[in-house]
Amino acid sequence: MESQHYRKLWWDIMLTTLSFSVFPLLILGGVIYHQFSVSYTAKVMDSMKTRAENRCNSIDLFLNERIAQLTSLANTQSLGQLKNEDYLHRVFNIIQSRSRSFLDLGVIDEEGNHLAYVGPYYSALKKVNYKDATWFHEVMATGVYVSDVFLGFRKIPHFIIAVMVREKNQSWILRATIDSDIIEHIVQLAWDGKYGDAFIINRENILQTSARFGGKVMEQPNAPNFSAATKNGVEELDFHGKNLLFATGIVKLKKWVLVIQEDPTEQLTPLLQARFLAALIGLGGVVLIIIGAVFTTRAMMKELMRMERKKAASDEMLMQSSKMAALGKMAAGIAHEINNPLAVIGEKAGWIKDLLGMEDVAKSENLQELADAVNKIEYHVVRAKTVTHRLLGFARRMEPLTERVNINTVLDESIDFLENEARYRNIDIQTNYAPSLPLITTDQSQVQQVFLNIINNAIDAIGKDGEITITTGTTRKNNEISVEISDNGPGMPKDVLQKIFDPFFTTKEVGKGTGLGLSISYSIIEKLGGRILVASDEGKGTTFTIYLPVR
Amino acid sequence: MEKFKILIVDDEQDFLETIIKRLKARSIDVTGVESGYKTLEVLDDRNPDVIILDVKMPGMDGIETLREVKKKKPLVEVIMLTGHASVESGIQGMQLGAFDYVMKPVALDELLEKVRQAYERKLIQEGKS
Repeated sequence: MESQHYRKLWWDIMLTTLSFSVFPLLILGGVIYHQFSVSYTAKVMDSMKTRAENRCNSIDLFLNERIAQLTSLANTQSLGQLKNEDYLHRVFNIIQSRSRSFLDLGVIDEEGNHLAYVGPYYSALKKVNYKDATWFHEVMATGVYVSDVFLGFRKIPHFIIAVMVREKNQSWILRATIDSDIIEHIVQLAWDGKYGDAFIINRENILQTSARFGGKVMEQPNAPNFSAATKNGVEELDFHGKNLLFATGIVKLKKWVLVIQEDPTEQLTPLLQARFLAALIGLGGVVLIIIGAVFTTRAMMKELMRMERKKAASDEMLMQSSKMAALGKMAAGIAHEINNPLAVIGEKAGWIKDLLGMEDVAKSENLQELADAVNKIEYHVVRAKTVTHRLLGFARRMEPLTERVNINTVLDESIDFLENEARYRNIDIQTNYAPSLPLITTDQSQVQQVFLNIINNAIDAIGKDGEITITTGTTRKNNEISVEISDNGPGMPKDVLQKIFDPFFTTKEVGKGTGLGLSISYSIIEKLGGRILVASDEGKGTTFTIYLPVR
Repeated sequence: MEKFKILIVDDEQDFLETIIKRLKARSIDVTGVESGYKTLEVLDDRNPDVIILDVKMPGMDGIETLREVKKKKPLVEVIMLTGHASVESGIQGMQLGAFDYVMKPVALDELLEKVRQAYERKLIQEGKS
């Protein structure tokens, strides 16, 4: 029952400790991880968005530069000059020397006829009339035209830029083919890590640059359709069962859409590492808390049990001494009530005895009988008186006399008293005294009474043939001396041991012991500020240990 | 024939009667009273040498009686007698000038021996004064 109570308490303490330390730890870890995760993801997405914007700006810049180049060329040269293919060739060479991105240069009149051409496909393109081409109408309408990427005759991805110039009352067009390598290059700078991709699509969702994983130029990209995107943005999308991050940017000049694609597992690797680390630290913390809780709880339980044992012992002592006090009062009361009638009986008997000595009564035949009877009465009054006086002695609350006492000497005197009795019963009394036992301040005659009581009991317990060992010493703290009186008698069972200091408890035959010896000893030692303990092993013997303060 | 006069004070009638009879049988000049008040009444009249005084009595108890007696006759010796373990009152009595303290029941011879000692002391004290 006791151990069940302790086990429940153990669990209570453990669970409370654990819940009050593990839960906050887990919540703290979770919240920090969540916050970190949110801000890290936001940062990753933000950086993707910024990259997309940067790429778009670069492309816009590049296109604007090319347009500006062509526009300034067209506006500074007259149609007459540029119509001359030699002159055009010289101009083309100058442009080429500054920027390798121009593949060819052509001058077209408002009828769509190729007036002059410089470039690798002279024979094929010189005769072409562009009157019906879409771009021709566009440029005639808006003045500037940038085409989507196409393969054309050359089978390499390129696009054209055309600007229209009005000279006097006629319009003409300067048209240039631009290698889209540069744009590819700008876009490919955004290929990040091992799985990052970046590409440009037009409004029909056709690739304008080749994607790293998502397809070739002029094909549909292997990605969700972003062709309708109108502004920069980032989103996380599920594509073919794969969770991917997409950032989109708008190339303003062409309304192309630049798409940056990232694998979140790659981008968020530090986050996953943080998650792993957090879990590891959390787990370590939980293990540490459990170990700590087990140790603390064990220490607490140990202390608790020790305290409870101590309390039980002191409760028992308190009970014993209050029992003693109550019994002492009762004993005193009984003794008083008996002593008065006893005194009367004694006096009456004495009076009868006196009368028996008188002449007339002395002649009675039954004189002897009467004398015997009176003597018996007197004898038993004395016997009863011994009991009541011992009872009163037990109850006595007298200030003990104080003197400097050598306990070894007191013990020797006590042994002298009982030596004859012991020798007669063939009991050997061994002494094992501490030679430098300090003198103590106590009441010698009372202490002696206790020693006589206990040694006498030991002799009675042994009966015949045995040994009594008396050992003296000081306790570890040196503030008490100890006297150990052991016999090798039959010992006592536990129920007897518990009652041994109770008044009137005796194991001796009726009339041989009053049952007061040990209880008187107990109260004497207690009054002198000491303690008396008993230990008994049935069949092996009994040991009384008396502790007295040195003071 | 003893020369001293004894006054016995005890509320226990049977005890008082018997002990007086026994002492008288020994030709001792003895008187008995059963209370403290009576003691003070008969004190001048009887002029005892030794008073045997029961500690515990109804009304005026032994200690009070002792105090009054010592006020009136400081040289009278008093032996306190009690059936009770009231050692405190015994000691108090001794402090108030009682000669000794005897616990009931006591053998008559022992008591007489104490009375003789008390009387001797009284003679010595009187000799001094």
